[in-house]
Amino acid sequence: MTATKEKKKIFVADRNELSIGLGKQVSVDGVVLALFLQSDGTVNAIENACPHKGGPLSDGIVSGEHVFCPLHDWKISTKTGMAQGADKGCVTCFEVEVNNGKVYVFV
Amino acid sequence: MRQERIVLIGNGMAGIRTIEEILKLEKNRFHITVFGEEQHPNYNRILLSSVLQGDAGVDDIVLNEYSWYEDNGIDLFTGDPIIKIDTKKQVVYSRSGLKKPYDHLLLATGSNPFMLPLPGVEKEGVIAFRNIGDCETMMEAAETYKKAAVIGGGLLGLEAARGLLNLNMDVDVIHIADHLMDRQLDSDAGKMLKAELEQQGMRFHLNKQTVKINGRKRVTGLTFSDQSSLKADLVVMAVGIQPNVGLAKQSGIKVDRAIVVNDCMETNVSNVYAVGECAEHRGIVYGLVAPLYEQGKILASRLCSTGKEELPVYEGSIVYTKLKVSGAEVFSAGQFIDGEETKSIRIHDDFENTFKKVVIRDNCVVGAVLFGDTSDSSRLLSMMRSKTDISQMSKASLLPSEAEGGQGESLVAAMEDGDTVCGCNGVTKGEIVCAIKDQGLTTVNEIKQCTNASRSCGGCKPEVTELLALTTGEEVSTVAEPLCGCTTHTHEDVVAAIKEMGLSYVREVMNVLGWHSEAGCSKCRPALNYYLGLVSPLQYKDDPNSRFVNERLHANIQNDGTFSVVPRMYGGVTNPSQLRKIADVADKYNVPLVKVTGGQRIDLLGIEKEHLPNVWKDLGMRSGYAYGKTLRTVKTCVGKDFCRFGTQDSIGLGITIEKKYEGLNTPHKVKMAVSACPRNCAESGIKDVGIVGVEGAWEIYVGGNGGVDLRSAELLCKVQTSEEVLETISAFLQYYREQATYLERTSHWITRVGLDSIKQAIFDDGIGRDALIERMEIALSMHEDPWSEIVDSDEKKTELFKNKSVIAH
Repeated sequence: MTATKEKKKIFVADRNELSIGLGKQVSVDGVVLALFLQSDGTVNAIENACPHKGGPLSDGIVSGEHVFCPLHDWKISTKTGMAQGADKGCVTCFEVEVNNGKVYVFV
Repeated sequence: MRQERIVLIGNGMAGIRTIEEILKLEKNRFHITVFGEEQHPNYNRILLSSVLQGDAGVDDIVLNEYSWYEDNGIDLFTGDPIIKIDTKKQVVYSRSGLKKPYDHLLLATGSNPFMLPLPGVEKEGVIAFRNIGDCETMMEAAETYKKAAVIGGGLLGLEAARGLLNLNMDVDVIHIADHLMDRQLDSDAGKMLKAELEQQGMRFHLNKQTVKINGRKRVTGLTFSDQSSLKADLVVMAVGIQPNVGLAKQSGIKVDRAIVVNDCMETNVSNVYAVGECAEHRGIVYGLVAPLYEQGKILASRLCSTGKEELPVYEGSIVYTKLKVSGAEVFSAGQFIDGEETKSIRIHDDFENTFKKVVIRDNCVVGAVLFGDTSDSSRLLSMMRSKTDISQMSKASLLPSEAEGGQGESLVAAMEDGDTVCGCNGVTKGEIVCAIKDQGLTTVNEIKQCTNASRSCGGCKPEVTELLALTTGEEVSTVAEPLCGCTTHTHEDVVAAIKEMGLSYVREVMNVLGWHSEAGCSKCRPALNYYLGLVSPLQYKDDPNSRFVNERLHANIQNDGTFSVVPRMYGGVTNPSQLRKIADVADKYNVPLVKVTGGQRIDLLGIEKEHLPNVWKDLGMRSGYAYGKTLRTVKTCVGKDFCRFGTQDSIGLGITIEKKYEGLNTPHKVKMAVSACPRNCAESGIKDVGIVGVEGAWEIYVGGNGGVDLRSAELLCKVQTSEEVLETISAFLQYYREQATYLERTSHWITRVGLDSIKQAIFDDGIGRDALIERMEIALSMHEDPWSEIVDSDEKKTELFKNKSVIAH
C-alpha cells in the first residue's frame, strides 16, 4: 500500500453557476469532475466518466441524486458513485464543501 | 457471534457462482475470502473464444468487477495462489505467506490445459488456450507471425482456430483421430463440420500424431509420426484439460480422476468441499458451465443449512456441447454413438447441409447429434432429462424442425440457456429465465430493470415477451405496460390525467400520480415532457433538463463524448456557397470526420461541446434535427427537373414538406421521402411517411421502417395535388402525435392499432380531420430554430455548453 497523498481543498465554482437537474463539468489540474447541485443546496462531485464506457456523466439526465449516462443509460449515484440496478461498477467520488455560496472540492 | 469464515480457493466461474448463491441465501452470515491464481477478477471463461474471435473485449467478459467483491465484503487476493492446506488446524497458506483460518473450505481450482509432453514443448510460441493471458499471447503473435498450428480438433481447438483465422493467420489443425470433435460427434457429422470449416479457411490434418516441436528458441514447426512435417510459428495445444488437484492430493483429500465429492459436494475431509472442474461426482468430472452452476447451488444450500431441513442433492447432469464458431452450428448431447441396445433416427440432408441423429434406448432419448440446424436441441435435452417415453411419438414431434414448413416450437423455446437473447447487453436466455423465476417477475419492464435485456435497441422485446410467457406458463397479459419502473400508470393513463386535471409541469404529474421515485428516470421524464407539450402546446414551457442530452444540446453525442453537427439541407439540395461554408467550418474547427449521411445531408463529427455554438454561428444554417424526436429529413429523388422518368416535382414537394414540419415534436423520430416515380429512388417504401409520384397523382405510404424492425410502408391514399398531400400528412402526423405512446415509431403504432382505424380517423370524419389539421398548425406555430436561439443567448451558452477548468494553487 502506498500512502494516499494529502488531498487539497480547491475552489471550483460559485454555487450560482450550478443549477439543479443539470450537471457541470469542471477540470481540476487535469482531473475531470462532474458537479451536481442537489435540491438541499449540497453539491455532489464525481469523476466525469461512466464506469461502463467512460461516458460524460455531466451530460446525463439528472434525477435527484442519480444521473443517467448519456451513452448507454447506466444509472449512477452522484452521491456514492455506484452503478445502480443490474449494472456493476463505480466512479470515484470527491468530498465537497460549500461555504458562503462557494463550492470547494477535495482533490 | 463471530461470522463463520469461508475460504474459497479458485476465483473462477464455479467458485464465485457458489458464493453468489450463498449471498442470495445468507447475506451476512459468512466472512468470505477468495484466493485466485490469475491477476483478474472472475471472468467468463466460456467467452474467451469470443475475445479471441474479436466479438468481445477482455473487459466485456468480466462477470464480477472488483467492486462486487468490495460491496459484499469479500477479501480477494489475486495472483496469490494457496500452496498448502492444513486440514487439522483448518488453515490455508498462500504463496506470498498469508495464513487464513477457515470454518468452511471451498475448492474450486478448475483445470489446467493438458500439454502433450513432446520434445520442444517448452519453446517460445507454444501455448495452451485456457485464459486471458493465452488470448493476449495469440493476439500479439498474430501481429508478427503468420502461420499457426492448432493441435487438437476438439471443441476448444476449433474455437481457437476460428479465432486465429479472425486474427488473419493461416491455420492448420492437427487431429489424432479420423474425424473432428470425436468426443462429441459421430463420423458423419464430423465430416460435415470439416467441410464447413475448410470453406471458412482452415486446413486439416487428420490421423496425425505430433511427435516433436521444432525450432531453436521459438517454434518453427511440427514433426509427425509419419516423418512428415509442417511449418508453424505459433502452436496452440488444445488436446484436453486436467483437473487441478495437486493441492488437494498433498493435503490428504481423496482424489481419483478429480477431487471425489458426494451428492452434497462434500469431500472425504470434514468442512472441505469441491465444485466445478476439479470435482468428481459419481465418477464423472464435468467441464461445462451448466453442471458447475447446478453444483454451486447445491453447495450453497448445504453451507447455509441450519442442519434441520432436508437438503437438495446433486444427482449429476446430462452433458451437452455447442460449438461457438459462427457458421458451424453443432450440438451434441449424451450418448450419441450407436451401441448394441440403441436404435437411432438419422436425417442427413445434403441439400440443406444438415445432419440430425437421435439415439434411443428403451423408448427414451439417450443422445443426439445435430449439425447445421440445432433448433431442436433444447427439446431433445429436456426429453433426455425427463426420460420421456417416445414410443408413441411421431418423427415430427421428436424433430419438429423436420415437420412441414419447419413449424416447430418457437425459436426462443429451442434456445439454449447459454444463448444470447439480447445482443446489445449480452443477456442470455438462462439469465432471463433465472431472473423471472427467482424474483417473480411478471412484466417485460421488470425484466429490463433486473437483467438489462431489451434495454438498448428493444429489438429483442418480442423474444423477451415470449420467454416470459414460456417461463411463467401464462400468456403475457396484453395489459399495457406501465410507462416505466417509477409508476404503475400506463402512457394512456398519464395523458388522460394530464388532460383531465390540467397538470402543467413534470414534477406535478409525478406528485399527483404518486410516482415511486421522487425525480423520475431517464424513461419517464422525457415522456412526461413530451405529453405536457402535446396537451398544452401554447402554455407549456419545455423542460430541457427532462430531455436526453442530444435534444438538450441540439447535437448528437458520440462514443467519446464529442458531438456531431448536421445542418438542415432541405430536400437534400445544396449549393456551392453552402458547401464552401461547411468546408470552411470543417477546416477552422479541425473536424475529424466529414460524412454524407443516409438522409442526404452532411455530418460534421467529433466536435467538442464547447465549440458547438460557434460552429452553428459560422455555418449560418438551421438545425437539421438529426438528434430529435421530430422530423429528421425528407429524402428526395431528382424528379422531373432532370430525370428521364420523373413524373412529378419531387424535390419541390420534399422541400415544402421539410420546411413545414421541421422542429415538430413527435413521439419518436419521423423520416420522410418523396420519389417522383415507382422506381422509388428516395426509398419511400421504408419511411414513416413516403410519397411516390405517379402520372398525375401522389401516393402516400405510411408506417415504413428501415431500422430495427424492417417494415414496408402501407398505402394510405392517393391524392391529386400537393395541397392534399400536405393536409393528409398534417392529419396523419397529428393523429400519430396524439395516439401513439412516447418512443413508439409509426411502424409499431400502425401494427398495434391497424391502418383502418387511422384511415377512419383522418378521412371519414370531416370535422375530425379539420380539427387534427388545426391542432397541427398550432403546434407548428411554436417552432423556432434552436441553433440561432442558443447562439443569441449568452445565458444558454454558459449554462449548457461551458465546461469549467480550474488550476489548483
